[in-house]
Amino acid sequence: MASGSILKSKFFNILLICAFFLAAGLFPKSVLAQETKENKFDPKKTILEHISDSHSWPFAFPFVKEKHIPLPVILYTDKGLEIFSSAKVTTEDTTKDKGIYQGAYHNYKLAENKIVVVDASGNIDEAASKKVFDFSITRNVVSMFMSISILLIVFFSIASSYKKREGKAPKGLQSFLEPLIMFVRDDIAMPNMGIKYARFMPLLLTVFFFILINNLLGMIPIFPGGFNLTGNIAVTAVLSIIIFLVVNLNGNKYYWKHIFVPNPWWLFIIMIPVEVVGIFSKPIALMIRLFANITAGHILILSLISLIFILNTIWVSPVSVVFVVFMDAIELLVAFLQAYIFTLLSALFIGMAIEEHH
Amino acid sequence: MTGMIGTLVQAVGMHGNIGALSAGLAAIGAGIGIGQIGGKAVEAIARQPEAISKIQTNMIIAAALVEGVALFAVVVAAFLSN
Repeated sequence: MASGSILKSKFFNILLICAFFLAAGLFPKSVLAQETKENKFDPKKTILEHISDSHSWPFAFPFVKEKHIPLPVILYTDKGLEIFSSAKVTTEDTTKDKGIYQGAYHNYKLAENKIVVVDASGNIDEAASKKVFDFSITRNVVSMFMSISILLIVFFSIASSYKKREGKAPKGLQSFLEPLIMFVRDDIAMPNMGIKYARFMPLLLTVFFFILINNLLGMIPIFPGGFNLTGNIAVTAVLSIIIFLVVNLNGNKYYWKHIFVPNPWWLFIIMIPVEVVGIFSKPIALMIRLFANITAGHILILSLISLIFILNTIWVSPVSVVFVVFMDAIELLVAFLQAYIFTLLSALFIGMAIEEHH
Repeated sequence: MTGMIGTLVQAVGMHGNIGALSAGLAAIGAGIGIGQIGGKAVEAIARQPEAISKIQTNMIIAAALVEGVALFAVVVAAFLSN
């Protein structure tokens, strides 16, 4: 090395990190061992709790004890609207249910993170629970509000700066997002949808940036991220229902002819069911692909971190942290890739629906 | 139906969760598929290095689609295991 000193070599940095972990491992573990004897770490329960939706908002900062903020529960029962705070049905740390809450119309209890109707002695009333529509503001809804506000702020500011700086070179936030928007237009919309792409550009851009922002926010461990929104199958189902409606409402007669009039007419007995199943299976595949990719990524990272707690030793932490860094790099790629694939396939389906006969 | 498969498996003498087995089989399928895609893509790049970016784009798209199929199987496996 030209500069000579050993303190600047890469090898020395690695040795320093290993020495840090060794020194940390020498601290007495007896205090920790006392605590963990009481509640053995259950990885499956912890991971599922981190991934799924719940009625409380976890607030965690380093070196501060984790607090859960209870969120409002909004129920539309068959007798009327009912709003109460979820603190009435959960305990102090809002992870376990407390008891029965006497609402204005029914009694409610939290059973496995869902609000059910119970009678006075605590038995779950199945028939009445089915008629209750749960519109609560849960953890995923709060994260969706946060990502929507980020998207609105960013894109309204870009739109206004495009208007103000008409004809001039883009500057600041504009120049950061312009390559992405041009990428969506030139590589996703135009090749697949031909000349009439401009009508569907708002939809494609919204889908792309919504999925991208939510995937990226899900990877940040602290506020405002850390919520698993695109890994919630209801959210991806709504996105794919929107694509399904757009494709089928915009299909011209060549699209429907291709489905219901097969090319050699005598194949209609198998081709028509296959094509009809194809109309539904394509959006379903979109939904499951996004949901499974993002949820699998979160489960993987949480499992690797909880490896430290399962084996209950600090010597595993360098290995675990290095693995998690690699996994996070892959997850970053997956975040972009899944947004790109969803948008690409939507553009492809819309393009197939509006294509003119050649 | 899934209960039948589970009891059949236990009758043979294998203990454990069939959901875990099916997730492993799905991983084999994904590995073979994406391995093939990667191999052919690298061969194509070796034949024609100036088309590298187009080949790379198509490889990533095909890999994501194959991975999607494998993840359907993982979702079903998660559904089967309790």
